[in-house]
Amino acid sequence: MEVPILKQGAVLIATFQAALSDADLNQLRMGLVQQVVKFRSRAVIVDVTAMDVMDSFASRTLREIALMIRLRGAETVIVGIQPEVAFAMVQLGLTLEGVATALDLEEGLAYLNEKFKTTN
Amino acid sequence: MAKRDGTSLSPELKQAEEPSELLRELVAHLRQNRTQLREEWVVRITETRLLTAMTKEEIFAEATSIYDSYVEALETEAFEALQAYARNLSERIIPRGVETHEVVGIVLLLRDVLARSLFEKYQTDFKKLNRILDAYEPAANRIANTVAVGFVQERERVIRQQQEAIRELSTPVLQVRERLLILPIIGVIDPQRARQLTEQLLRGIRTNRAKVVVIDITGVAAMDVTVANHLVQTVEASRLLGATVIVTGLSPEIAQTLVTIGVDLGKMNTVGDLQGGIEQAERLLGYKVESLAEPR
Repeated sequence: MEVPILKQGAVLIATFQAALSDADLNQLRMGLVQQVVKFRSRAVIVDVTAMDVMDSFASRTLREIALMIRLRGAETVIVGIQPEVAFAMVQLGLTLEGVATALDLEEGLAYLNEKFKTTN
Repeated sequence: MAKRDGTSLSPELKQAEEPSELLRELVAHLRQNRTQLREEWVVRITETRLLTAMTKEEIFAEATSIYDSYVEALETEAFEALQAYARNLSERIIPRGVETHEVVGIVLLLRDVLARSLFEKYQTDFKKLNRILDAYEPAANRIANTVAVGFVQERERVIRQQQEAIRELSTPVLQVRERLLILPIIGVIDPQRARQLTEQLLRGIRTNRAKVVVIDITGVAAMDVTVANHLVQTVEASRLLGATVIVTGLSPEIAQTLVTIGVDLGKMNTVGDLQGGIEQAERLLGYKVESLAEPR
């Protein structure tokens, strides 16, 4: 299942579906990294609300997406991690270091707006 | 069962009355002598100083209903009613300080009283006595077992309930300002409590849409390595939900533990006391607290 990437102003939004294969994740990574420059986006929000399990591959891919996007000159926010998922991830040592996180999409957008204001 | 007295297979093959028939006879006997046996039982209870927390009248009333349910359980071999009664009894008498050994004791006493009356009745017919006891003993033991287990289960249920209540009470997640939660932790944290605490905090962050959480551990004297690690994980998990955690009130011992396990202090936001923690949280959230009047 392909992940749709929506453009909302200067932000790209990708919403994860419940079951994503490793191939889907790779495709998402390439899609985001390409489009972020193509649309001259300033930030990417990845919404993982629907995921009730996060394996190490998904978690690593998320982190890689964030780092690649940074190299491409934009910022990434991961939003909607479920409480149980968050704790499970931490126990596995998947802490998404250096990646911004927010409670949900709304929070993520608010965080970015704040950030845009200060950098402008 | 017939094998046991089976050297003489002959005339009395039919004598091997079904155990249920024996039980019926037994039950009839117990019903007939109800008043006297119950009286004897109560006397023995008082003699052995069981159930001292209860008055004589209460003991008598309980004895009556236990006796009747006992005989009924023997008759129907249905233990559910007795089990329910045992649980109900436990519920009533546990708060009054009745101990497990007392409850088991009185049921065993009843068993003995009844067994004696059977000895007396069948003393002339030893074979019959044997068969009656064969029928009686397993049932009686099962009853004693049922009552004891029921009592212990009730106790355990009460204990579990109380533990749960204590836990719930002891880890409140409080909102002090919009998007600011505090989690004061007091007392000893064992791994189970730590897990529950984390769950409550993460859920609290979600429901209150918190951005900053102050965990105050002034009331925690020490924590072991497991719990300290758990605390660090809680901080990281909260960050994944988009909330910043400030830990306040670390005792020297806990600071030592955290340094020993090599926590990355870049991830841990620590402030000396709760007040300082809340002030920093307010700064993070953009609040500014001003006094309305000049302090006098």
